[in-house]
Amino acid sequence: MRNLRFLPLALVALVVAALVWRLANPPDTDVQSAMVGQPVPAFTAPAALPGKPTLSTADLADGRAKLVNFFASWCVPCVGEAPVLAMLKQQGVPIVGIAVRDRPADLLQFLSDNGDPFERIAFDPESRTQLAFGSAGVPETFIVDGHGIIRLQHIGPIEPGDLPGLVKAVKDAQ
Amino acid sequence: MKRLLFLIALTLASPALADSSLPPAYWANRQLPEETKEAQAQALMEEIRCLVCQGQSIADSDAEIAGDMRDMVRRRIASGEKPSAIRAWLIQRYGAWITFMPPSEPATWPLWLAPFALLVAGAFVARARLKTRKQR
Repeated sequence: MRNLRFLPLALVALVVAALVWRLANPPDTDVQSAMVGQPVPAFTAPAALPGKPTLSTADLADGRAKLVNFFASWCVPCVGEAPVLAMLKQQGVPIVGIAVRDRPADLLQFLSDNGDPFERIAFDPESRTQLAFGSAGVPETFIVDGHGIIRLQHIGPIEPGDLPGLVKAVKDAQ
Repeated sequence: MKRLLFLIALTLASPALADSSLPPAYWANRQLPEETKEAQAQALMEEIRCLVCQGQSIADSDAEIAGDMRDMVRRRIASGEKPSAIRAWLIQRYGAWITFMPPSEPATWPLWLAPFALLVAGAFVARARLKTRKQR
């Protein structure tokens, strides 16, 4: 029993150490989609802008691997991501967009300010398509292969450093 | 003068919100007219985790995406879908993490068994203590 005298102290020290460790290494709060590896969910969405075709499940299985970018005109990191999407388009990566909780006028302004790399843009005013993909915010980008299988989820803005990896992932998904 | 202007500008400044300017979805903050269906929706919304304020249920959260999820839940319940089907749909997309009622699977067994194990351990400690007290 004598040896157990310091047990409570040791337990407290252990708890404190665990708390300090957690403070120093905050948990990853990104929500991973469980749809990676699954076929694109069935969805229908109206076109976001006149003159720009919308996007449907069938368009995502047209034989070409592509990026599906969830974005919004009110999303500040999306502005930072725009030049990187333009570079991806330049390298021949097809990009389609899903505009989350947006208004056509705001969207038009966003695209004229930041460039428009999108082949198609679907309108998602109530986040329904976003929820169907298992996505939790903007910007988020999925790589869908030519058969319409989701291959990869990129959470947060695409940085210039992510470019080579994404280009390769799209090539691999072809 | 410059300082005063600066102060005025500061008080007028609004924070940059990471939210859209759209109003909440139709059923986000509206109850279903049918009482039993609203009760079903409410029960499900209280056990589904919000994707951004992760300690809150979508029933409690003011986040926009939580409003959109409530809208989706109410729409589906109104159209006759079962809560279990909606829960399964969400788990298929976000994993079991999305519900506050984690399904019983091997990884969660310790979680379910821990209270009983602690009770048994407590009983042993109490018994040992009472015994020594009696002996005195």
